[in-house]
Amino acid sequence: MSLLLSEEQKLLKQSAADFVHNESPVSRIRELRDSADPRGFSPELWRKMAELGWQAVPFAEEYGGLGMGMTEMATVLEECGRNLVPEPLLATVLLGAMPVSLAGSDEQRRAVLPAVVDGSLVMALAYQEKGSRYDPLVCRTTAARSGDGYVLDGEKILVAGGHAASKLVVSARSAEGYADPDGISLFLVDTETPGMTVEGQATMHLRNAALVRFDGAEVPAAALLGAEGEGAAVLEQTVDLATLGTAAEMLGGMQAAFDMTLDHLKTREQFGVPIGSFQGLKHRAAKMFIEIELARSAVIGACAAVDKEYGTKASQMISVAKARCSDAGVLVGYESVQMHGGIGMTDEHDIGFYLKRARGLELTMGDGAHHRDRYARIEGF
Amino acid sequence: MSGAASFREETRAWLEANCPPSMRWSADGPPADLASELVWGGRKQRYDNPESRQWLDLMAERGWTAPTWPREYGGGGLDKEQAKVLSQEMAAIHALPSLIGFGLTMIGPLLLIHGSEEQKKAFLPPICRGEVRWCQGYSEPGAGSDLAGLQTRGTLDGDHWVVNGQKVWTSYADEADWMFCLVRTDPDVPKHSGISFMLFDMETDGVSVKPIALISGASPFCETFLEDVRVPVDQVVGGIGNGWTMAKALLGHERSMISEAFSEPSRRNRLVDVAREHLGDGNGGIRDAAIRDGIAGLTMDKVCLDLTIQRIKEAAKLGEQPGAESSILKYYATELNKDRYSLLLSILGPQALGWEGAGFEDEELALTREWLRSRGNSIEGGTSEIQLNIIAKRVLGLPEA
Repeated sequence: MSLLLSEEQKLLKQSAADFVHNESPVSRIRELRDSADPRGFSPELWRKMAELGWQAVPFAEEYGGLGMGMTEMATVLEECGRNLVPEPLLATVLLGAMPVSLAGSDEQRRAVLPAVVDGSLVMALAYQEKGSRYDPLVCRTTAARSGDGYVLDGEKILVAGGHAASKLVVSARSAEGYADPDGISLFLVDTETPGMTVEGQATMHLRNAALVRFDGAEVPAAALLGAEGEGAAVLEQTVDLATLGTAAEMLGGMQAAFDMTLDHLKTREQFGVPIGSFQGLKHRAAKMFIEIELARSAVIGACAAVDKEYGTKASQMISVAKARCSDAGVLVGYESVQMHGGIGMTDEHDIGFYLKRARGLELTMGDGAHHRDRYARIEGF
Repeated sequence: MSGAASFREETRAWLEANCPPSMRWSADGPPADLASELVWGGRKQRYDNPESRQWLDLMAERGWTAPTWPREYGGGGLDKEQAKVLSQEMAAIHALPSLIGFGLTMIGPLLLIHGSEEQKKAFLPPICRGEVRWCQGYSEPGAGSDLAGLQTRGTLDGDHWVVNGQKVWTSYADEADWMFCLVRTDPDVPKHSGISFMLFDMETDGVSVKPIALISGASPFCETFLEDVRVPVDQVVGGIGNGWTMAKALLGHERSMISEAFSEPSRRNRLVDVAREHLGDGNGGIRDAAIRDGIAGLTMDKVCLDLTIQRIKEAAKLGEQPGAESSILKYYATELNKDRYSLLLSILGPQALGWEGAGFEDEELALTREWLRSRGNSIEGGTSEIQLNIIAKRVLGLPEA
């Protein structure tokens, strides 16, 4: 198992880096925020990404995918993370379409994956609820059998990309329970379904999300993904893969914030010298560098583990990656603002976007403490 | 059969026929008294187990104590692939190394690159045969982190350098036969340019050694006093004034060895084992939530360190030399080791208070001393602060103060 990128993967990384650099400067996220753009991303760029094959990366070739692994997906997401690219790539590919790819029937896959791959479909996963924190099995939304189909009732929060998605995968209980793995079913739902409302949520870290309410929303039996009551494993795997994708995005973000800070240390002068010549700052910069390198190792190692075989070992490695990126990302965010000084506190400077994104993603899909707990649980202590 | 396959066959057969039974550990892992079984060689080496002497002689005869060194200097003349096969086959039968020490890992490789033909012929074969044990004379009382500020003076007197000064933290100086030593041979040039790298016999008149006790108790460290020590001019390596270049080459190497020493893969997690014993809930869990979180964190840190080492090794195979990477690893591995011992002490609680005698388990007594010893990890071989300076300068390109 090599931890270095292959020539092919290096090309993908370079093309992603070039695309992000040329097409999506950090200023985009400021413009989208200031103009209160309801979509929050550019359909044109989304199509260009599809031309590059980004939405196709992890899916089977028979559905138009590239049949690649998490190493490739993480490589693209890391580059997107550098410039806080707002297009809902992770939400559509790793959260919305992934459960269809993992558990859908051939018919369901055909209805969804080619459209995701060609850039005509935005998707999302509605699984989090108030109070569920980081446990995808905590689910109070219900799915009651009714005639040939089901009726959904409940509320989902922070549905990443949900404000722009036209299809959602929704977790709901088709049997009694609170946090049991048994009884969770997954449904592929059209957002135009009567009885459903989708309301955009404004987030601190500018990650577009939605509040989704189901009030007697009727869905047909054909909407069920996999077997009734047996959706937990697919849900957990989906969230796991998206957790790793999030870690990769954080890695790109912390690298960019660090690069900006390093540049500031070399150019900002006080007392007649660059502030980066002060040992009090040098050592902290060196520590950040080490933390980023270790975070990079963790992401690479977790991707390699997943691409070898998804299972408990890979889940542990995903926890290592997300814990590491969460802690390192927040450290770099905090230190970057501190080292920028007063200008770092102003909205005018971009560094604040990185701090907010780092903490926002830290508190998404489990922070360091959550993943240390999960690692220990899997390890048996 | 290809050449490589037949080399493997021959090696396997030879090892099977020649590696004595007591020089193999069981498949469960190395014996608890591994340290006492390892042979460092030299005039003062005692061979309590005659099979360790036999193993050394057999391996040395084949040149396999230094497998990749040229045959003419006592090595095995193996290429990298063959050397890998040899180490794989030794690992397969759990064979102990026949010889370890600074001769094989430090001064020998340096002489191969920078030594004169006469020096290679004189010094390398005795290293391979385990006849000479080496120690390193770098640090001085006034030259720790500022190693290049060393004050041990050499003055030329005919065909000898006369050396005066004091070295400190000389590991195993009391066991070693020869020292490789940094000496200031020109005080009138910038400090990095006036240093030479010399070799001398520890039995030369004027050399005396005094062991150092640490906060953890006894230690392999010594002070070495040099009083009018006469060193022949042909025992300078790499030319007069080039000592700092030699020293840096070895320091990078030492740092990667230190970080590897702290990252030996182990199937058991000592933190978990000790915590289950002292804070276990009886079902494999750990009662104290903060300590459990700490154990998970440090265990995961170790995973990240191991992955980073693997990444750097793979990159090195593509031809990149160890540079600032060794500083990253040295810094992180030693800081992590300190954190692990610090947490182990917390797990022991009051049972960590023992120093010797009744009321404490051997492991508890050992752990307390290992904890104290670990505090030096981030001081020896270049302090953590020096490693951070190196990263700031060489990797990040931050300006000098």
